[in-house]
Amino acid sequence: MPTTRRRFLSLAGGVTAAGTIPIVMLRPLNATPTMLNAAIRNVVGEAPIRTGKIKLDIPPLVENGNTVPMTVSVASPMTADDYVRSIHVLNEKNPQPNIGNFYLGPSSGRAQISTRIRLADSQKVVAIARLSDDTFWQIAAEIVVTLAACTEEVN
Amino acid sequence: MAALINVPTKAKRGEIIEIRTLTSHIMETGFRHAAAGDLVPRDIITSFTCRYNGSEVFRADLFPAIAANPYLSFFTVAKESGKFEFEWIGDNGYASTASASITVE
Repeated sequence: MPTTRRRFLSLAGGVTAAGTIPIVMLRPLNATPTMLNAAIRNVVGEAPIRTGKIKLDIPPLVENGNTVPMTVSVASPMTADDYVRSIHVLNEKNPQPNIGNFYLGPSSGRAQISTRIRLADSQKVVAIARLSDDTFWQIAAEIVVTLAACTEEVN
Repeated sequence: MAALINVPTKAKRGEIIEIRTLTSHIMETGFRHAAAGDLVPRDIITSFTCRYNGSEVFRADLFPAIAANPYLSFFTVAKESGKFEFEWIGDNGYASTASASITVE
């Protein structure tokens, strides 16, 4: 196939695009499901994750991603030998996969925390509880966000 | 400084009480761009601690995904009369404290 002008230009364009990729890709715009999985592994290590015991209370549809109320609770007697050590909340598509880590103890009485979070996009939020016997329990919720947070322009 | 703390003033011994805290802070994510295109530097609270008569009963690591003016609610068992101390620590040397007293009968 002879080198036509069209072909030459498309090749040249391709090279230019490839050359700029390293600059553009320095920081991914959003966390990805892969980053979420890596963040989960950071919390639990190699331990198996079970479902149950933990409850994530978050609205399924939010208008404003800048402040989303959230409550995480874990079914636990909260005694000296059976209590929740920590609760970790993670997300799929914010610029960072972490939302918050919350450390409790037997003197907490009840394993429940509430806060308000930011969501940059419609996505999955994951909560993981670490119990005193070092077992991990997980729950996930899908949330639809109509106005995103975090990355909008400052006025 | 500008913190709202909600702790019951009285409780029965062994009662589980809820503590709610709200502090005023911009929680700038560090991912937003100004109109001129430059990134607005991150300025967040990274850590919150609650101590009950000196011993830690609750602690949290906060990330940019926590909304502005961080609100936190958690529980503890009322064991003895005394003082709750709250501490927020953040970027650029930010540190803020608050306290509340409780009478346990």
